[in-house]
Amino acid sequence: MPSQLKRLLVLGVIIISLFLLLKHLATPVSFGQYGHYRGNSLNEIAALPVKYVGSKTCVKCHDSIVALKLEGLHSDIQCENCHGPAYLHIKTPKKDKLFRPDSREFCAKCHSFNKARPEKAVTQQDIKNHHPEKKCITCHNPHQP
Amino acid sequence: MNPQYDQLYQALTKVVGYIYPNEIELNWSILIVLYPYITGLVAGAFILASLERVFNVNALKPTYVIALLTSFAFLLVATMPLIFHLGQPFRAWEIMITPHLTSAMAIFGFVYIWYLMVVLVLEIWFDYRRDLVIWSNESKGVKKWLYKILTLGVYDISPEAVKWDEKLGYIVTVIGIPSAFLLHGYVGFIFGSIKANPWWSTVMMPIIFLFSAMVSGIALVMVIYIVINYIRKQKIDMLCLDTIAKYLFYIIIIDFTMESLDQIHRFYEAGESFEIISLLMSGKLFFTLLIMQIFIGMLIPLLALGFLQFYKPNEKLRRMIYLVTGILVLIGIFFMRWNVVIGGQLFSKSFLGFTSFKLSLIGTEGFLMASIWLVVPFLILAALLWLFPPWKKSPSEH
Ligand code: HEC
Ligand code: HEC
Ligand code: HEC
Ligand code: HEC
Repeated sequence: MPSQLKRLLVLGVIIISLFLLLKHLATPVSFGQYGHYRGNSLNEIAALPVKYVGSKTCVKCHDSIVALKLEGLHSDIQCENCHGPAYLHIKTPKKDKLFRPDSREFCAKCHSFNKARPEKAVTQQDIKNHHPEKKCITCHNPHQP
Repeated sequence: MNPQYDQLYQALTKVVGYIYPNEIELNWSILIVLYPYITGLVAGAFILASLERVFNVNALKPTYVIALLTSFAFLLVATMPLIFHLGQPFRAWEIMITPHLTSAMAIFGFVYIWYLMVVLVLEIWFDYRRDLVIWSNESKGVKKWLYKILTLGVYDISPEAVKWDEKLGYIVTVIGIPSAFLLHGYVGFIFGSIKANPWWSTVMMPIIFLFSAMVSGIALVMVIYIVINYIRKQKIDMLCLDTIAKYLFYIIIIDFTMESLDQIHRFYEAGESFEIISLLMSGKLFFTLLIMQIFIGMLIPLLALGFLQFYKPNEKLRRMIYLVTGILVLIGIFFMRWNVVIGGQLFSKSFLGFTSFKLSLIGTEGFLMASIWLVVPFLILAALLWLFPPWKKSPSEH
C-alpha cells in the first residue's frame, strides 16, 4: 500500500473515532427519551412563566368591567387581547401598568375594511370617514361598544 | 401604538386576497436563496473539473485546478447562509451528533461533510501532494510550515508514489461525480419533496437543480479563468475557453429544455393550483422570472453562445462575449434560485391570495448580509490561489 494512502487511513480512523467520542460525550443525557429531542426540554418549557393569565383573573379586582364587558358585543374578546399580557400586573398592579389602547388605529386593527377578513365575524367600518375627528372611545365604551 | 400590533398590521398591508396567517411573513428569505445558489456553484465547478479528469477533455486542462479550488472555496461557505438564517451558530454541530436519518434536511450535515472531506479535500490533496512536498522545501517561514503540515508527513515523491496520487485522485473523482450529483440533487430534492407547495413539488426539481448547477458552475469557472488571466496579464488559452463555452452552451440547452418541460407540463396539466401559479408568474415574478431568469439569464446567453458555435470573431471580441454571457448566466441562475425559494412562498396554499416580499438592506436577512456570503468565497479563492498557485504546479500527467 502506498505511504500516502496509509497515512490517510490512519487520519481517517482518528477523525472518525474523535467524532464518535464527541457524539458519545456531547449528546444530551435525555436525548431520544420520547422522540428525536431532549426529553428534559418538556419540563424546562413547562416551567417557563405563563404570560397570559386569562380574563377570569381580572374579576378579583375589576369585577364591574368584567360584568360590563360580558353583556356587550366585545364579550368574546379576552381582556388581554386589548391590554396585553398581565402576568406582572396581577401581582404588582401599581407598578406594572397595562397598555391602554385608546387610539383610533387600535380599534381599526379589527374594524377597518379588509378583504381578507370575513365580514360576518367583525363589523367593518370605514375608519377614514367614521367621525374622523374624535377617538373611538369618546362614543363607544371599549368594554361595551 | 403597541409596537407588536403595529408590526402585525403593517404586515397585513402586504397581503392581497385570502391567505393563511402563517403565510404573511416569508420564513425563507435571501439567505435561503443563496444556499442552493452556492452549493450549485460548488457542484457545477466540480463537474467541470471532472470533465477534464474522467472524460479526458484535454482542452480543459488549464481550468482543472482552478475549478477544483473554486468549488472548494464555495463549499467552505455553503453552510454559512443556513447557519446565519437559523441564528443559532453554536448549535449547528448538533445536526452531526444527533443524526436524524429519516429527515432529508437533517441529513445535509453528512452529505456536506462527505463531499467536503471525502471528495474535494482528498482530490485536491492528491493533486497537490507532490507540489506541497516541493514547496515545503523551497519556501520559508510560516508558508513552509503550512506546506509541511499539509503533506501530512509523507515526503515520498518518487515516480511510483506520484503515480499512486494519480490513480487515487482518479478514483476520488469517479466517486466525486455521483457525490456532486447527490449534493445538489439533494438540494433540489428538499424543495421537490414539499408536497404542499405546487410550485416546488415536482420530481423534476432535483434534475433541474442539477443542470442549473452545472450551468452556473461552468459559467463561474469561465469568468474566473478570464479574470485571473487578465489580472496576471497572461495570454488566455482560447481553445480551453471555447471548449468551456461549448459545454456551457450544451448544458444551458439541456437545462432550458428541462425547465420548459416542467412549465409546459404544469400548463397542460392545469391542475387546481394552476390559476394561482400563472398569476404568480405573470404578476409577482414577472421581473425576476421572465426578464431576469429566462430572458437575461438564458435566452441571451443561448443566442450569444449559439452564434459563436458557428461564427468565430476575433479573440478579443470572443473573450468579451464569454465574459459578459458568463456574468449574465450567473445572474440568471441566481434569479432562478430566487424564483424557486421566494416565489414558492409568495402565494397562499389556499390558492386564493398573495403576500409580498421586500428585501431589506441591513439585518441578518438583509442584502448586505447576503452580499458578504457571496464575496467571502472569492476572498477564500484568492487566498487559495496565492497559497497554492496552480501556475506554479509541476505539470501532471492527466
Ligand atoms: C390584584 C388586583 C388586580 C388584578 C387581578 C388585576 N388588576 Fe388591573 N388594576 C389593579 C389596580 C389596583 C389598578 C389601578 C392601578 C393604578 O391606577 O395605579 C389596575 C389598573 C388596571 C388598568 C388601567 C391601567 C392604567 O394605565 O390606568 C388596566 C387596563 C387593568 N388594570 C387591566 C387588568 C386586566 C386586563 C386584568 C386581568 C388580566 C387585571 N387588570 C387584573 C388591580 C388588579
Ligand atoms: C376592545 C378592547 C378591550 C377589551 C377586550 C378590554 N378593554 Fe379594558 N380598556 C380598553 C380601552 C380602550 C381602555 C381605555 C379607556 C379609556 O381610556 O377611557 C380600557 C380601559 C380599561 C381599564 C381602566 C379603566 C379606567 O377607568 O381607567 C381597566 C381597569 C380595564 N380596561 C380592564 C379591562 C378588563 C378587566 C377587561 C376584560 C374583562 C378589559 N379591560 C377588556 C379596551 C379594552
Ligand atoms: C380583537 C379585535 C377587536 C378590537 C381590537 C376591537 N373590536 Fe370591536 N368588535 C370586535 C368583535 C369580534 C365584535 C363583535 C362582532 C361584531 O358585531 O362586529 C366587535 C363589536 C364592536 C362594535 C359593535 C358592532 C356592531 O355590530 O354593532 C363596536 C361599536 C366596536 N366593536 C367598537 C370597537 C372599538 C371602539 C374598539 C377600540 C377600542 C374596538 N371595537 C376594538 C372585535 C374587536
Ligand atoms: C362621534 C362618535 C363616534 C366616534 C368617534 C366613533 N363612532 Fe363608531 N359609531 C358611532 C355611532 C353613533 C354608531 C351607530 C350608527 C352608525 O352605524 O353609524 C357607530 C357605529 C359603529 C360601528 C358599528 C357599525 C354597524 O354597521 O353596525 C362600528 C364597528 C364602529 N362604530 C366603530 C368605530 C370605530 C372603530 C371608531 C374609531 C375609529 C368609531 N366607531 C368612532 C359613533 C362614533
